[in-house]
Amino acid sequence: MEALALKLMSAVPALAGVPLWAMTLLVMVVVAVILLVFALTFGGLGSYVLRKVAGDIQVRIGPNRVGPYGLLQFLADGVKLIMKEDIIPAKADRFLFALAPYLVFVGSFAAFVVVPFGVGLIASDLNIGVYYVMAVTSLVVIGVLMAGWASNNKWALLGGMRAVAQIVSYEIPVGMALLPAVLIAGSLSLQDIVRSQGGLLGIFGWNLFHNPFTFFSFFLYFTAAQAETNQTPFDLPEAESELVSGYNVEYSGIRYAFFFLAEFGDMFVVAALASACFLGGWHVPFFRAETLPGAWGNLLSLGAFLVKAFGIVLVMMWVRWTLPRLRVDQLMRMSWKYLVPLTFVNLLGVSLWLLVFRGKGIPQLIASIF
Amino acid sequence: MEPILFIIFGAIAVGGAIMVVTRKHPMSSALYLILTLFAVAALFVLRQAHFLAAIQVIVYAGAVMVLFIFVIMLINVPENKLPMERLTGLRLLGVVAAGFLILESAILARRFAMPAGSTADAGSVQAVGRALFTDYLLAFEITSVLLLAAVIGAIALAKRKI
Repeated sequence: MEALALKLMSAVPALAGVPLWAMTLLVMVVVAVILLVFALTFGGLGSYVLRKVAGDIQVRIGPNRVGPYGLLQFLADGVKLIMKEDIIPAKADRFLFALAPYLVFVGSFAAFVVVPFGVGLIASDLNIGVYYVMAVTSLVVIGVLMAGWASNNKWALLGGMRAVAQIVSYEIPVGMALLPAVLIAGSLSLQDIVRSQGGLLGIFGWNLFHNPFTFFSFFLYFTAAQAETNQTPFDLPEAESELVSGYNVEYSGIRYAFFFLAEFGDMFVVAALASACFLGGWHVPFFRAETLPGAWGNLLSLGAFLVKAFGIVLVMMWVRWTLPRLRVDQLMRMSWKYLVPLTFVNLLGVSLWLLVFRGKGIPQLIASIF
Repeated sequence: MEPILFIIFGAIAVGGAIMVVTRKHPMSSALYLILTLFAVAALFVLRQAHFLAAIQVIVYAGAVMVLFIFVIMLINVPENKLPMERLTGLRLLGVVAAGFLILESAILARRFAMPAGSTADAGSVQAVGRALFTDYLLAFEITSVLLLAAVIGAIALAKRKI
């Protein structure tokens, strides 16, 4: 951030008199606002796409009244949510009840900081990138627990407990499934992980095709991540048919909107991580975006990254409307008895592969023959 | 900038810790403990130990405290049935002991200067990993054996039929 502020100050003479800390703060705020606008837009348009995909899969039309093709439906919904009366149940713990949705949203939004949107387009390239995401996810867990408990409602409590049991159990396979990418890059920084997948091998430079274990690891990650973000088939925390709506049942108005946005934020972060760690991130296949002059490289890489991330989001929605919901015991068994051991075996496999072939993947090995 | 942030986060950590022991409801205590843990993680970040900060949040705030809250929620004691605790001599003694501890650490800190600002590298994953697997290998391995024993013990205790 400071480097960017310095660059800006030397580029624009009028800013030279501004103290460095003020400029840094300004840059930080601007970046945060851009990310926030992105997250809100994604939440809004994401909900529209989700409903359209649901409509297509269930052979109906979906939203089609507000604006062309119902495109402005999310604005109408947003206005409705903001105008709605904000109700706090009489027996709720008022402070915790009010705080919980913001914690959940902050937990999901804070992860945007390390999402590598493109060449140099990252809010902060932390050297613990992947771990940072896992750390801020714990805020979501605490927020959900608080919401469930503070509502003083048995369904909310049950939903909150289910959500937490689920997120905590699936955090392990998610982290373990991401580690192969970290091992290959030799760094936890997401930009480094993306950079390690470049080269003119095109899509074969991606970690997905690095070796059989990473290929498998991508699908393990996708499954576990689907569960960690509480999507159907793993949406037990808000299973409407048994829990009304789960931990957010007592919420309305703007506070409900925050839960809703956090859900979409999580969805994007999960998809962004999948794309950065396995699908080459912002790399354009068979082309070096970072060599383009000026801002074109940044823009092209941004486009490539968003296409991949949105593609994964679409697949997640598709899965969401295709598979029936699991039972609680099945869900827990799947995490602890199948996903966790599999991800450990997988990690061992990747480590052995890297040791035996000195860090080279199958495509590199084949390329080195010629 | 750093001293100011240190004072802010230090104050949050200490304030949260005081709230943990003074709140009546266990749920509030647990939530304040989480606040303290986050503030301590922020202190780690100020010392450039990013990895340690992330681990602190993941392990304590994300796993241990969630388990605590989980149990509190499951038991869910109503407000009027919470056990009342009175100020006993032992508690007063505890306050005195805490005072002495603070005094002692202040004297120690004055006598032995802290190592000057650690480099950005000292807290990196590589540095922590190297330290764990060379200088502190024995402690690391013994801890892992201890954890393994704890896991096996937990399963043996909880499962009726093995």
